[in-house]
Amino acid sequence: MSGTTGTGPVGGGAPAAPSGIPGAAPLLVVDDLSTTFSSPRGKVRAVDGVSLSLERGRTLGIVGESGSGKSVLSRSIMGLLPRSTAERTGSILFGGNDLTTFGDTEYRRLWGTEMAMIFQDPMTALNPVMKVGHQITESLRHHLDMDKATAKETAVELLRSVRIPEPEKRYSTYPHEMSGGMRQRVVIAVALACGPKLLFADEPTTALDVTVQAQVLDLLGVQQRERYMAMVLVTHDLGVVAGRADQIAVMYAGRIVEQAPTRSLFADMKMPYTEALLSAIPKLGDPPHTRLAAIGGRPPDLVNPPAGCPFAPRCPYARDRCREERPELRAVAGDPEHLFACHYPVDSPETLETKDRLAVEALMAGAPHLADRPAGPATAEGTHGR
Amino acid sequence: MTEHTEAETPGLGLAPSLMVEAEAAGIGIGDTPPTGPGGKRKMGLGAWLAVVWLVGLLLLAIFAPLLPIPDPTKSFPEIARKGPTAGHLLGGDALGRDLLSRIIYGGRSSFAVGIGAVAFGLLIGGFIGLVTGFFRGRVDTILTPVMSLLLAIPQFVLALSLVTVLASGDDVTSSRRLGVVILGLGIVSIPILGRITRANTLSWSEREFVTAAKAMGAKSWRVMLREVLPNVVPAMLSIAMLGVGVAIIAEGGLSVFGVGVQLPTPSWGNIIAENRGNLRTSPHIILFTSIVLFLTVLSLNYLGDVVSQRFDVREGQL
Repeated sequence: MSGTTGTGPVGGGAPAAPSGIPGAAPLLVVDDLSTTFSSPRGKVRAVDGVSLSLERGRTLGIVGESGSGKSVLSRSIMGLLPRSTAERTGSILFGGNDLTTFGDTEYRRLWGTEMAMIFQDPMTALNPVMKVGHQITESLRHHLDMDKATAKETAVELLRSVRIPEPEKRYSTYPHEMSGGMRQRVVIAVALACGPKLLFADEPTTALDVTVQAQVLDLLGVQQRERYMAMVLVTHDLGVVAGRADQIAVMYAGRIVEQAPTRSLFADMKMPYTEALLSAIPKLGDPPHTRLAAIGGRPPDLVNPPAGCPFAPRCPYARDRCREERPELRAVAGDPEHLFACHYPVDSPETLETKDRLAVEALMAGAPHLADRPAGPATAEGTHGR
Repeated sequence: MTEHTEAETPGLGLAPSLMVEAEAAGIGIGDTPPTGPGGKRKMGLGAWLAVVWLVGLLLLAIFAPLLPIPDPTKSFPEIARKGPTAGHLLGGDALGRDLLSRIIYGGRSSFAVGIGAVAFGLLIGGFIGLVTGFFRGRVDTILTPVMSLLLAIPQFVLALSLVTVLASGDDVTSSRRLGVVILGLGIVSIPILGRITRANTLSWSEREFVTAAKAMGAKSWRVMLREVLPNVVPAMLSIAMLGVGVAIIAEGGLSVFGVGVQLPTPSWGNIIAENRGNLRTSPHIILFTSIVLFLTVLSLNYLGDVVSQRFDVREGQL
């Protein structure tokens, strides 16, 4: 089972099965979800009209920079935000129930057994004064009514399945005796303990050393396939989701600004923000000392969001219309699964024209790194760098 | 290893007994060196001396009736106001009672007051602090201002009035008086201990592992007791150590006003208060008692610091 269902998702959507498999009802359907926080300055719309759906066995990548609402979105669905300050509207259908009507008591039936979350920072996601084994057996004993011995056995098995060496020994160590990568594996084991159907991974590798990031992500992929879970992978790094998600949603200022199956997103990117995120990743082929293509400016104030496109102030291709009229999410012609919210997508004639103009301006201003690089200085820098 | 003993024991119930804790802290810290790679934090000489002093004094106080010392209430007219002699190592007090014996028996009352009051304050204040800090919301908005209000009343006056009202008559038995002194000082310590517990609970409750436990379906009370409390305990322990010292001194203050531990039962406070008239003629009485009192409070403060430093280091490591 895991073999046949597994190959599709892992190949980064290579033979991308359509996300709406006929007959398979999605596990999670979020419709027009908004989450607002009351703050002294007014209402903060951290998540604004987000809709998405996810089937079992598939991975949705949510990408965006800090403050784009991606973590709030996953915590809204998980019901982990304080009820007193966070208000959710819209609907979250999970297994036939609308989670927006759920309180802690109802959620407690789902937490751990139906849905679980892997937290960003393994340094703080584990209790420093509890042995790692106990942190796993707690929920096993509580939810699955296991006796002590069975729970311990299961926990050791879990530790082994997340590739912790000498799991029996590690069972009775404290978090501070482990490295960051090991701890994140423990965090994953804790989340997987009760066999959740839906797993949220909230920046699972951000706090980790790059060398272990890939290991942890691969491990998540394996576990997801073996357990046939639906997974929401939240990250700020498009590179992380590129090979691992079936579907990617790019968030900006609390909204989804582009959503598509992974392959079509990378093949035919529409939103300048997505493009900017992608070009912010340093490439191996870049000559040494290449300036990073950072996105200038900051995300908008969510208390008083701008009237037009929220990305307009930072968008190099923005025009007057972008600042006045908010673009709605619409489908790409001929690809109903590829949605984007932009008046002038990156391949529109207007934007291509702006791109040309910017390149010329950059050359004239003597900033060659913004335009196509002339061969001379780049090689000089290259030899210097060696 | 050591963190285990330190954190789990009190985690089962609030501070079972401070006496045990003082020892546990000492022993716990003490066996850090042999643990090899983990044993980088050695306990300094000062901390060892403090532990030895406190444990020794506690043992003397507990086993006082078995020691070859005279009855602390028996008078020997020949040593009245006299300094140390062969049979009476610390000399006698104004009424000719053996000072060493009075100080050892006085330790019983003083430790009982100090430990009892802080245990009481920690039990109630700690609980209030934990609940208000963890649940916030309505409990917090009601209880925390009340605590601040209590804190604004002069502590000593409050304790003094409590003891005066509840146990001042001549017919009051000495055990009742002791109980009331413990209660009075305990009540006074509630808001202080409560606030410190609350502040620590607040910061620990923000940690992601608390959300993680919730996200795994643990009930709030369980999260509070299993996840937050064990992390708050070191801070509570550290402040409790200081608190014991403060309570012992406060009992002395009450004694000056005649409402400390009831004479003839000795306490360090009432030995000093009773003999303060003879300070000029026989200073040894107050001198010896004060030295014992001073070293005890110093040891408690020092150990409190050691505990809090250990806990800081541990937090920094994470």
